[in-house]
Amino acid sequence: MSMNTEFKPKIVAFCCNWCSYAGADLAGSSRLAYPADVKIIRVPCSCRVNPMFILRAFEKGADGVIICGCHPGDCHYSTGNYYARRRMTLLFSMLDYMGIERGRTRVEWVSAAEGVKFSNTMNEFVDAVRTLGPNKRLGDLRCKD
Amino acid sequence: MKELLQDGTVNRVLGWKKGDLPYNPEPAFFKSAEELDEFIYDGFCGANLSKYMIAASALEGKTLVLLKPCDSYSFVQLMKEHRVDREKAYIIGVGCKGKLDIERIKAEGVKGIESISGAEIDGDCSTLKIGTIYGEKEVAYKDAMLERCHVCKGKEHRIYDELMLESADTLDSGRFEAVEAIENMTPEQKFAFFKNELSKCIRCNACRNVCPACSCRKCVFDSTKFDSAQKANVDEFEEKMFHIIRAFHVAGRCTDCGECSRVCPQGIPLHLFNRKFIKDINEYYGEYQAGNNVEDETPLTDFTFDDLEPGERR
Repeated sequence: MSMNTEFKPKIVAFCCNWCSYAGADLAGSSRLAYPADVKIIRVPCSCRVNPMFILRAFEKGADGVIICGCHPGDCHYSTGNYYARRRMTLLFSMLDYMGIERGRTRVEWVSAAEGVKFSNTMNEFVDAVRTLGPNKRLGDLRCKD
Repeated sequence: MKELLQDGTVNRVLGWKKGDLPYNPEPAFFKSAEELDEFIYDGFCGANLSKYMIAASALEGKTLVLLKPCDSYSFVQLMKEHRVDREKAYIIGVGCKGKLDIERIKAEGVKGIESISGAEIDGDCSTLKIGTIYGEKEVAYKDAMLERCHVCKGKEHRIYDELMLESADTLDSGRFEAVEAIENMTPEQKFAFFKNELSKCIRCNACRNVCPACSCRKCVFDSTKFDSAQKANVDEFEEKMFHIIRAFHVAGRCTDCGECSRVCPQGIPLHLFNRKFIKDINEYYGEYQAGNNVEDETPLTDFTFDDLEPGERR
């Protein structure tokens, strides 16, 4: 049996409970494929994502982090995703400034009805991260296998 | 100052006291006219006193505080965050001709310093005459200035009750030049640069303790459940995380007073993080200077419906 040496990026996806998590659910029940390396973490709202979560994800060996929330204007809590948008814009810009390529971080707005968009987004994102290669920077060596 | 203290207008004076060396005055409270004999204000008084006003606001009576133009931004920002009490402060806006960095003087090859003259605030502040055990040396005042003074925010005080002393123009370089230089590097170079700088960090917390914006009653970095609370547990990642998170916590509130870089015993250019956030905020959400006035909405507690998506550029 030959070892599969192909690089499979580990992706952490923070999905908001009200839209994107339901979108992922729809993708599943519609039998749409997206890579199994995407690990979904459900959060109450995209603005629940603390900058620390993203840094921790990278520490624990993630190659890319994506945050999915309701479309601007559709937030369950009215304005959460607007705040998240500002925060993530600044944080991702800072990570880029420190050498974590911009392609490893992404924010995408996915509604509960957009199963297709969810699956497409994840496929695209995994491909993008795969071309960037493993994330060696900012990782904690102890957590790598 | 003595009169104000003696006639009871103020109960104490917050200023700088002579240090044990000619170049290290320290912030101090003066409670009597006699104690004020030790008062000093010269080119080495870089410390931003506004943060001490949080503690002074809890004390009885008024505190007379000396603020340089850049410190007054921090004071206004703290007022906006309801951390200092304006009623309990008697602010004397003091002039500033640029503050000195002893490390830069030492970098000029000056060793064995015994005395320094030319740093007096009423002088012309052009040349420093330094008496050393090897004889007298001269260093141009400008070459010995802190980085933050080369990108001075201006001579105007944002808040004061009284003004004293003249200021000088020290601005002679672009505020975001260093940030832009890093932005133009490749990801490998960027990472190597920050790895190099941040691995010098000894987690002494001096940057956090001196920062006027880092004045939360409870700080995430004090938690014992958190690895980066001390250097012993810290790995390469935590070193970086501490500084990213700290810069993020003060984003939009940092007045760019430059104290973090001044106090860093390892000489890490910490202002580069804060200034990157300031630059981004200016670019994405319009020019914003924290501490300019009490009314402005902080960029991260505000939004518009058509903000940029992360990654987009205007």
